[in-house]
Amino acid sequence: MPEDLTERILDVIAATQKLPRDKLSIDSSFSDLNIDSMDGVNILFALENEFNITIPDEQAKSIRSLRDIVDGVRGLIEGSGQEGVALSS
Amino acid sequence: MRQRAAVTGVGVVSAAGLSCGAFWESLRAGRSAIAPLQCVEPGALRFARGAEVRGFDPLAHFEPKQIDFLDRFAQFAVVAAREAVRDAGIAWTPELRRRAAIVTGSCVGGQSSEDSEFVELYKKNRPRVHPLTIARVMANAGASHISMDLGVTGPCLTVSTACSSSNHAIGQAVWMLRSGIADLVIAGGSEAPFSLGHLKAWEAMRVVSPDTCRPFSRDRKGMILGEGAAMLVLEPLERARARGVRVYGEVCGFGMSADAHHLTQPAKDGARRAMAAALADAGLPPEAVGYINAHGTGTSANDPTECAAIREVFGAHGDRLAVSSTKSMHGHALGAAGALEAAATLLALRDGFLPPTANFTAADPECDLDVIPNKGRAAEVEYALSNSFAFGGLNAVLVFRKA
Repeated sequence: MPEDLTERILDVIAATQKLPRDKLSIDSSFSDLNIDSMDGVNILFALENEFNITIPDEQAKSIRSLRDIVDGVRGLIEGSGQEGVALSS
Repeated sequence: MRQRAAVTGVGVVSAAGLSCGAFWESLRAGRSAIAPLQCVEPGALRFARGAEVRGFDPLAHFEPKQIDFLDRFAQFAVVAAREAVRDAGIAWTPELRRRAAIVTGSCVGGQSSEDSEFVELYKKNRPRVHPLTIARVMANAGASHISMDLGVTGPCLTVSTACSSSNHAIGQAVWMLRSGIADLVIAGGSEAPFSLGHLKAWEAMRVVSPDTCRPFSRDRKGMILGEGAAMLVLEPLERARARGVRVYGEVCGFGMSADAHHLTQPAKDGARRAMAAALADAGLPPEAVGYINAHGTGTSANDPTECAAIREVFGAHGDRLAVSSTKSMHGHALGAAGALEAAATLLALRDGFLPPTANFTAADPECDLDVIPNKGRAAEVEYALSNSFAFGGLNAVLVFRKA
């Protein structure tokens, strides 16, 4: 259910950033949303908790947009085989 | 005429050495004390290295009963202060004890005491924590224990401005001497941040390097935490000369600023204003400065920002300046960082030898200064700066003069 995963990630980002959900789309960049590096770290923390994943620092450094986040989280969930667990929680 | 602040004693406890002499020998040799962390299980963190103080035996310095009252950061503070006072050859009199002051810096206070007691509460489900927890954890415990240990009864306080704490503390000491409210000040900082909870908080910030600290290098990956303490004995230059004691150098300028910008991102203008204020306080043109002990954390954000600020303050003289980050060797000891770096800067001026930036691999065009890569060098320098820029955007810069 890749679309659901995208929606859940955007929900987490909206909640973390205190932004209206409809302001976010997968094509938003961090600069569009005024997300700075510390905000980015907060988002990664929330996503790690939400999906029970660990996002490596090196991977975190290359993130510039919401699409980068969605792709990265999907990769980590698929890589760890945790999708079923995480998405049913 | 205002009193000039002479440094007549230095004491150090650090990963790079358990005394001032051992510390300076490591720095001169360019030897990094960054090593695999021993305080946590391997794999407990995304990073594995730190600059831990090794071989420090509290029982060599304190009675067993005293140790109950002393967190590791306060132990470091007292041991460094004792060394500094011994080094300065202070002969205490009741009058001097009343006229002596203490200013310490600490960012996180008794971190490991707090961590271990909260483990009792939250993890072991015990209903109570140790009654000395508050007294061990408070950030001023270092200053309080120094005052009790040495019988110093004048002004005594602690400054907590994250990574600028001890530069702010040494600056207060300079002001106390200039204003005449003290005849001697013990000033510096101490820190012991290696508890699992605290390290986890650093891990979450994603600013700690997975390998080592490579300030100004193109492939730098972040900071490396350190611990320890350094204390200086400062007294009016005339008084030091009158009693014939050896003088390491003077703290001749102190400048502060706030970025008013961001809790964690540094701002070039704040750093620039702090350096300019320090030079103005010392009454010096930028061209007088030969060496800067940089804040130089090795993070992606700090190093280019600091280099750009140095360029703005020093202009063309930036090409003739030597700049190094000794954090590459003693780690980033947070509230003790400025004090360790003050010790390094004073010894560099005294010996005419500039410590290197260790672990340097490749130049970064964004850090386009002479950063003394890997190998220290002989250089006679009269004036040097030491920069500290804290989270929260609070900056403090000291100017030192060779004796």
